[in-house]
Amino acid sequence: MGTIALVGNPNSGKTTLFNALTGSNQHVGNWPGVTVEKKEGKFKYNGNIYNIVDLPGTYSLGAFSEDEIVARDFILRGNSDVVINVVDATNIERNLYLTTQLLEMGVKVIIALNMIDEAKAKNIQLGIKALSKKLGVPVVPTVASKRKGIDELIKETVGLIDEKMSLKPTISYGDKIDGEIKSIKRFFTDKTLEYPPRWIAIKLIEGDQYVHDLVTEDKDLDSDNEFRDILSRIKENDEDYELEIVNRRYEFVKDVTKASVIRPKEAVKTITDKMDKILIHKYFGLPIFILIMFAMFQLTFVIGEDLLGEMMVTVMDALAYAIEIFLININSPAWIIAFTTEGLIGGIGAIIEFIPLIVVLYMLLGILEDSGYMARAAYIMDNIMRKLGLQGKTFISMIVGFGCNVPGVMATRTLESKKDRMIAILINPFMSCGAKLLIYLVFIAAFFPDSGGLVLFIMYFTGILVALIMGKVFSKTLFKGESADFIMELPPYRKPTLRNVLRNIWDNVSEFLKRAGTIIFAVVAILWVMAVLPVGVEPYGAESVLGKIGLFIAPIFKPAGFGTWQAAVGLFSGIAAKEAVVTTLGMVYAGVGEGTELISAIQNAFTPLTSISFMIMTLLYTPCAATIATIKKETNSVKWAIFAMVYTFAIGWVMAVLIFQIGRLLGFN
Amino acid sequence: MNVSLAQLKSGEKGRVERIHARRCAAKRLYEMGFNIGADFEVVKNDMGPVIVSLFGNNIAVGRCLAQKIIVKQSN
Ligand SMILES: Nc1nc2c(ncn2[C@@H]2O[C@H](COP(=O)(O)OP(=O)(O)O)[C@@H](O)[C@H]2O)c(=O)[nH]1
Repeated sequence: MGTIALVGNPNSGKTTLFNALTGSNQHVGNWPGVTVEKKEGKFKYNGNIYNIVDLPGTYSLGAFSEDEIVARDFILRGNSDVVINVVDATNIERNLYLTTQLLEMGVKVIIALNMIDEAKAKNIQLGIKALSKKLGVPVVPTVASKRKGIDELIKETVGLIDEKMSLKPTISYGDKIDGEIKSIKRFFTDKTLEYPPRWIAIKLIEGDQYVHDLVTEDKDLDSDNEFRDILSRIKENDEDYELEIVNRRYEFVKDVTKASVIRPKEAVKTITDKMDKILIHKYFGLPIFILIMFAMFQLTFVIGEDLLGEMMVTVMDALAYAIEIFLININSPAWIIAFTTEGLIGGIGAIIEFIPLIVVLYMLLGILEDSGYMARAAYIMDNIMRKLGLQGKTFISMIVGFGCNVPGVMATRTLESKKDRMIAILINPFMSCGAKLLIYLVFIAAFFPDSGGLVLFIMYFTGILVALIMGKVFSKTLFKGESADFIMELPPYRKPTLRNVLRNIWDNVSEFLKRAGTIIFAVVAILWVMAVLPVGVEPYGAESVLGKIGLFIAPIFKPAGFGTWQAAVGLFSGIAAKEAVVTTLGMVYAGVGEGTELISAIQNAFTPLTSISFMIMTLLYTPCAATIATIKKETNSVKWAIFAMVYTFAIGWVMAVLIFQIGRLLGFN
Repeated sequence: MNVSLAQLKSGEKGRVERIHARRCAAKRLYEMGFNIGADFEVVKNDMGPVIVSLFGNNIAVGRCLAQKIIVKQSN
């Protein structure tokens, strides 16, 4: 038994290594109190089970972001027996900067020197033994994507758990700072604050606000005049000290790598250099990006819907029929049969049929991410985004929002300034998520069967456009000020690992299924009850409770062309979960959520024009409950969550009305 | 001669001398490899962020920030 923590720079292959170590044995949760994702897994070795915790990828272990604080707290509080530090061998000098900080934390460290294959291709010579000796920690070469070196890594790591703590090299920060470290250190014992004394001293000298606050909260220390004097003396110089400490760490790294890392005189030109010549070209970069996005939605539609979706429909129909026969055969009461076939199979079935589509969408998003293209998208968009008062990284959170707005909103955490972050959160709901896709597909099947890909592209594009316009508006009104500076790594292009892509699909689809089984199931059940009450009314009729609610809301949507109670009920249920819109429409229009009947009912109830204004409404209006809850959590404010609910509704309504009215004037129907 | 990073052209090489940015941006730059004395090559500088190759890795730095990074051009 033991716990192992995984730390490393972003793009060092940490996720891949984590997947290779744990296989399917993992689960995702949240760190208490913060919204940083916590991934945990297990592996077995020699009959013992070991826990492994994937800490957030960071460049440093300061107090720069929540990610860094989470990672360093976990390590310092002694939660892990061994820390595996994933180091990218092709970028070893910078990666070891993080290692220098681990060495100061008084924990057992082992280095997984990853990307050895790429280092070879770049002609970088690595002296593993020399490196290990200089750093005072074991170093195991790995190629995580090919699962090479994993067994060796496990063996060494497990061995380290029982070993005595080895002596690590101490970095000298020069006489002045070393003197300060000594003078502060003595105020602390191993017990104070749970952190090692030397580490606390260094952090205070670096001007780490988080540690500074912790220390001043301590009553004993705060009433010690001598300590306070030293603290204020340091405070005066901490900017110089900080720079000096960074420099000394890099000097230490230089000394370590001097004998163990030999780079070729001329850097080998890689495939990445060649690809970037085109993919982020001054003029071609943007059109190529748009083309890639277009291809993505076209592929999603063709493979996910036309090919696999049709198959799913056939299977589901057969299943529904079999279940109905079975229920009749065992003499179930009529209402159970009705609830099962109409409510459940109709409702949930409509959603199940879209799984292939969601699988394909997540596969393509996963490939974009894993290949390294996502960072390029941020780079390409930065210029345009700046003109709108936003910045390039905002665009990544928007693309993630295409999958689902919940991770989309969470992805805004990489934005450093409050302004950028708030805007990115507020515009994310306009990004058309996977669940909204279901709605378009029904309407596409009803009215635009031959140009599905194009309609989808227009929907997504409209979402982006509205998001950008609102971003501009917000940056001119609610959130003035400068956007944060753009600093971003452009990792080499890499062939996506099948394992990572599958993992990504599985994580998202299982989340989707869980939702289908819980929230959506509940919504379907509640709606079904409302549709058949009061007793005696025609189910799903205008007289039912559901119909009454719809009739009450419907007039609002008259100017948008879909002022029917059915449409109103559909939108109403969409606030619980967007998947429920299709289900509800199915129930109120056709009594079932099934393909052909629903589609012909939609053809009767809508026109091509109102179908578009309705789709635009579903694209833009109030996000689902899960997204609203995430917005509340991320902004830490009920006020902003309510604001997000209301203003998106207003925008959706205005756009839907505009489209309907202008369309009508132009003579469309 | 000392110039700002934004003034170097694609293919030119240099060494980081000083960073005049706000403290937290400067720290981030140091930690991503722009430490004082680091050698680099400009990969691309035409529009938008400047792309720099540092220790064999490419990093994009916004133009505004690139103007605050003082470098010494080497050949
Ligand atoms: N060539 C090579 N690619 C790798 C290796 N390990 C990971 N990758 C790839 O590097 C990319 C980034 O890996 P990922 O695990 O997502 O990095 P993270 O950001 O540190 O979690 C992915 O495309 C991986 O497939 C390796 O050892 N060699």
